[in-house]
Amino acid sequence: MEIFEVMGKTQAMANTEELKTIATQVRRDIVRMVHAVSSGHPGGSLGCADYFTALFFNIMKHDPSNFTMKAKDQDVFYLSNGHISPVYYSVLARNGYFPVSELSSFRKLNTRLQGHPATHEGLEGIRVATGSLGQGFSVAVGHAKQKKMDGDDGLVYVVTGDGELQEGQIWEAAMFAPHNKLDNMIVAVDFNNAQIDGSTMDIMGFDELGNKFAAFGWEVLYMDGNDMDDILKTNAEAKAKLGNGKPIVIIMKTEMGQGVDYMMGSHAWHGKAPNDELLEKALNQLPETHLGDY
Amino acid sequence: MKNFEISGNKDTRSGFGQGLLEAGQKNDNIVALCADLTGSLQMQHFQGAYPDRFIQAGISEANMMSMAAGLATGGKIPFTGTFANFSTGRVYDQIRQSIAYSHKNVKICASHAGLTLGEDGATHQILEDLGLMKMLPGMTVINPCDYNQTKAATLAIAAFDGPCYLRFGRPKWPVFTPEDQTLEIGKALMLNEGKDVTIFATGHLVWKAIEAGHILAEKGIDVEIINIHTIKPLDKEAILDSARKTRCVVTAEEHQMNGGLGDSVAQVLALNLPTPMEMVAVNDSFGESGTPAQLMAKYHIDTPDVVAAVERAMARKV
Repeated sequence: MEIFEVMGKTQAMANTEELKTIATQVRRDIVRMVHAVSSGHPGGSLGCADYFTALFFNIMKHDPSNFTMKAKDQDVFYLSNGHISPVYYSVLARNGYFPVSELSSFRKLNTRLQGHPATHEGLEGIRVATGSLGQGFSVAVGHAKQKKMDGDDGLVYVVTGDGELQEGQIWEAAMFAPHNKLDNMIVAVDFNNAQIDGSTMDIMGFDELGNKFAAFGWEVLYMDGNDMDDILKTNAEAKAKLGNGKPIVIIMKTEMGQGVDYMMGSHAWHGKAPNDELLEKALNQLPETHLGDY
Repeated sequence: MKNFEISGNKDTRSGFGQGLLEAGQKNDNIVALCADLTGSLQMQHFQGAYPDRFIQAGISEANMMSMAAGLATGGKIPFTGTFANFSTGRVYDQIRQSIAYSHKNVKICASHAGLTLGEDGATHQILEDLGLMKMLPGMTVINPCDYNQTKAATLAIAAFDGPCYLRFGRPKWPVFTPEDQTLEIGKALMLNEGKDVTIFATGHLVWKAIEAGHILAEKGIDVEIINIHTIKPLDKEAILDSARKTRCVVTAEEHQMNGGLGDSVAQVLALNLPTPMEMVAVNDSFGESGTPAQLMAKYHIDTPDVVAAVERAMARKV
């Protein structure tokens, strides 16, 4: 691992091969977590596992051992489509925000790992409750505005769902950020073309989604969110474009259920957990890594 | 019945504008967001003094509320400004999740509340906002009665850590509370001690309660008047102490009967000290266009309505 400094501390930065291994372990965590409580959202979580892993283990400047809400001079992350909490929790735990063993409490009574991310129980790594779609994006815009006002050089990363873009509030935030030159934001749209009732394109599709953001004043990039090399390359490109007066959006193509064959190619596994038999089938496709299961 | 000297007639929103400016002078972390109603909220004073700390959110209230949560996460103390209707009903879920559940230090400042907005009509006259806000766990809800108290309330919420809802209005209204007061959140104010009946009033209706008190004094009724500027947390002790003494109570507010101050007081009394009670409030109805005075009369939240409610309450006294 490459080592770099953040806030006077050294931080390990995983290389591509290590990231792939971590992502596999994260995927194991995801299916095991949702299986254990027979609920939760594996599809989008699996699709975003590569990007989350890359963000927390390579791209972001942050300090998992000293979580603060404000994160002065550090990068912050907001998950706007809060239902993909399993991937978020797994990556936070694997990254050291809280004990990996706590993943077993997901969605259980008295847990800090609520069905949708929340601050109420004090879980390190979470800055606002999300799940009611459209809001996390705006909260992130507010945090980006604060960092600009205070001359804080930390960046604000956001993930939103593609179905979530049907919320009007998203476009209020999408208007505000470029108008206020919030060029310290990188928003990734999880473009998996799937939502609860079917294909996003069928339900309320986004022809020329990139052009829509561009027309609002965003710098637009495209990325394969299931290709680790492309994730790292596109994020380097995104960082190089920061500071030019425009916020950045990455249209991130992902496959819902990526890594578990029977969950891929359909929206069926948006919010459904595998049974015992299907769990075994999934885990056989995601061999345990040296990191070990929780 | 005590005499209250009126130092002038001013709108409570102007008390907010002045309070915000002074709060901004005291604390650099205070920022203000407004959804295209800077003049209506009297936020131009803050904007002029601190242009870099003023955020024009445009007509995007949902985004404004959630952004305020993000600014608070980054350590700012955001004050949001728009009409009460758009500060609550329109953005209830944003407040519930991004602000209340996430316990963000956001100050939701709401003008043009209630019927006294006047001619704009029912689309803008929210009468449900106190109820919506008081139901949220952890939300502090304040409804001051005049210019001076609104200014003091603005300074009080600026110094308080946690989400707050501050309600004020548009009409010029008698200013009768002290200019240099400090508002203690959650502490009811005894305005007039009496022995026959208690009026718990909030917001613009505090002055109506005082007017009613004078009329009732002429009829030989000794009225206790308590200003409940903080709807939540409610000063239960003050309510129970007074009810124990007078044994009949009236609530008065510019709000729906459902969900308002009356509901809150009734809950305290029903659980602790069942007491004959009458409510002066809008009874399950929307408002309409008209002058504030006409509307208060038509919807029965005027001085004679308070007098009549007191007489009904006293007749039920055991």
